[in-house]
Amino acid sequence: MSTVAPTTTGTGVPQRNLRERMSDLWARMKASKASYAFVAPFTILFFTFTVIPILVAIGLSFTYFNMVQAPKWVGWENYLRLFLADDVFLIAVKNTLLFAVITGPVSYLLCFVFAWLINELKPKIRAFLTLLFYAPSISANAYLVWTVLFSGDTYGYLNGLLLYWGVIDRPIQWLVDPRWMMPIVIVVSLWMSLGVSFLTFIAGLQGIDNSFYEAAAVDGIKNRWQELWFITLPMMRPYLMFGAIIAITQSFAATQSIQALTGATPTDWATWTIVQHMQDYATARYEMGYACAMAVVLFVVMVGAQRLVQRLLRKIG
Amino acid sequence: MRFDFSLRAKRINRSTGGDVVIFAILAIGAAFMAMPMVYTISNAFKPLNELFIFPPQFFVRHPTLDNFNDLFVLMAKSWVPISRYFFNSLLIVALGTAGNVAFGSMCAYALAKHNFPGKEALNQLIMLSLMFSGVVLMIPHYLLISYLGWMNTYWAIVVPAWAMTLGVYLMRNFITAMIHDTLLEAARIDGASEFDCYWRIVMPIVKPAWLTLIILAFQQLWGTQGELYLYAEQLKPLPYALNQIVGGGVGRAGAAAAVTVILMIVPITVFLINQSQIVQTMGTSGITGE
Repeated sequence: MSTVAPTTTGTGVPQRNLRERMSDLWARMKASKASYAFVAPFTILFFTFTVIPILVAIGLSFTYFNMVQAPKWVGWENYLRLFLADDVFLIAVKNTLLFAVITGPVSYLLCFVFAWLINELKPKIRAFLTLLFYAPSISANAYLVWTVLFSGDTYGYLNGLLLYWGVIDRPIQWLVDPRWMMPIVIVVSLWMSLGVSFLTFIAGLQGIDNSFYEAAAVDGIKNRWQELWFITLPMMRPYLMFGAIIAITQSFAATQSIQALTGATPTDWATWTIVQHMQDYATARYEMGYACAMAVVLFVVMVGAQRLVQRLLRKIG
Repeated sequence: MRFDFSLRAKRINRSTGGDVVIFAILAIGAAFMAMPMVYTISNAFKPLNELFIFPPQFFVRHPTLDNFNDLFVLMAKSWVPISRYFFNSLLIVALGTAGNVAFGSMCAYALAKHNFPGKEALNQLIMLSLMFSGVVLMIPHYLLISYLGWMNTYWAIVVPAWAMTLGVYLMRNFITAMIHDTLLEAARIDGASEFDCYWRIVMPIVKPAWLTLIILAFQQLWGTQGELYLYAEQLKPLPYALNQIVGGGVGRAGAAAAVTVILMIVPITVFLINQSQIVQTMGTSGITGE
C-alpha cells in the first residue's frame, strides 16, 4: 500500500486500475498529511456539531416523530402533506419567496454601495459611519422602534404625521392590514440588513492596494465607474460570493423581526414564512418529522438560489 | 484644484459632482440608520412618566439616571453576585471566539492554499451547511450534548461555537483574495514550515479578516442565554440575568431600557476596538495579492 503507484498504461484489467487508483489516492493523501493536520480540528467539530445533526434532521423528515415516542417511518408522507394538504404552508412559501426575492438582492446592493461609498472617506469618518450603518444589526431588539413608528392608532408617528398633513383622514392599521404588512416588514428588514456582508465588503475594499488604481489610471481608466467595473468588482469577487451567501441565508430565514412587527399570528397569514411555520410545528405542535421536512424543502430552495447567484457573479468584470 | 479640507481620502479619478451626490446619499442613509441607537439611548435616560407618555416622544426631555440606579439596586439583590454572571459571559465569549478563530483560520488556510483529496467536498459541505435552518437542529444538538455529558457545563455552549462555519468560509475567501501563491512558495524555498507560512505570513496579512471574524463570533456568543443547556444559576450568562430583571413587568420598563443600552455597549466597544485596528492594518500593509 505504501509504495507509489506505477504509471498506468491503460491496458490493465479494470480491477487492477481501481487498485492503482486507490493506491495513487492513498499516496496523495499521505503526501497531504500537513493539510489534513490543518483541517482536522475544525472538520471533526464541524462533522460532530453540524453535518451529523443535519443528516439526522434529513432522516427525521421521513418519519413521524413527536419527541416522546420513537420516530415512526412514514416515507414521503410529510412531503406530500406539505404540498397537497397544507394550505398555510403554500402561503408561507409564497411569502418567503416574495420576501427573499426583494430583500435579498436589495440588501446585497445596499451593503455593497454603502461599503463602496464609505471606503472613499478618511479613516476617522469612515469608522464612524461604519458604526452607524452597522448599528441596527448589532443592537439586538432595536427594530422595536418601528412598532412605535407604525403603531396603528392616531398616536403612531407615521399616522400622526399623515393625519396632520391631511394625506389620510383616518389612521391606517399598518401592522394589521394585510396590504401594508409585507411592505413594512421588507423595509425594516432592509434597514437591519447592513450586517456581516457590509463589514466584509469594507474590509475587502480596504484590502485593495492603491497601486492598482494608480496603475489603472495610467492605463486609461477615466472615472470611478470604470474603476469600479474593471478593478474593484473583479478583485472583490471572493467577498461578493460570501456576501451573496449571507444575503440568501438572511432573506430566506428572517423571522424574529417579522414576528415582532406583525405578531405571532399575522392577519390572513400575510407575513407568515416557512421558518415561522417550521418553528410552529417544531416547538408548539411537537411534530418534529414534519418540521424537518420543511427544513429540507427550504434548504433545497436556498441551494438553488445560491447556484443561480454563483452563475451571475461569474459574469462580473 | 481640490480643496484640502475635504472628507474624502486622496484618490485619483474622482469628480467633484460625484462627491457631492455621494455625501448627500451617505448623510441621508446615516440619519435613517442612526435612528434606533438614538431612540434606545434616549429611552434609557427617560424618567418613567416619559416612557409611558402618549404620543410617544422620540427624544428625552428631562434626562435622568434613575433607570440605571434601579437596575443596580435590582442587581445587588440577586443571590448569585452579578459579577459571577459577568464572568460566565466573559468566559463563554472568550473561549468560544478564540477556538472559532484558531480552528477556523487553520482550516481556511489549508482550504484556500493547499491541494489535497477531499478538499472540494469539504468546501462544498461548509458552504451548504450555511443554508440549513438551525431550528430543526435543536433536537439533534440537545441529544448530542447530553450524550457527551456536557449538560450544565460551559462546554455545551463553547465547543459547538468552535464549529461555526461562517468564519471558515469568510477566512477562506479572504485568504484566496489577499495572498498570492508566489509569496508562500518563496517562503517555503526559504525553509519555512507550513505552520510558519500560516502563522507568520498568512495570519498577519489577513488580520482584517480575523478581526472581522472576532466581531461576528463575539456578537453571536454575547447574546447567548444558554437556557437549554445551563440550568445551574451560577453558570448562567449576563444576558440571562439581565433579561430576568426585565421580565419583572411594566414597572421595570425603565430598567429594561437601561439593560438594552448595557447589552449594546459591549459589542459596540468590541467593534470599535477592532475597527480601528482594521483601519490601521490596512493603512500600513503593502503586500497584497496579484
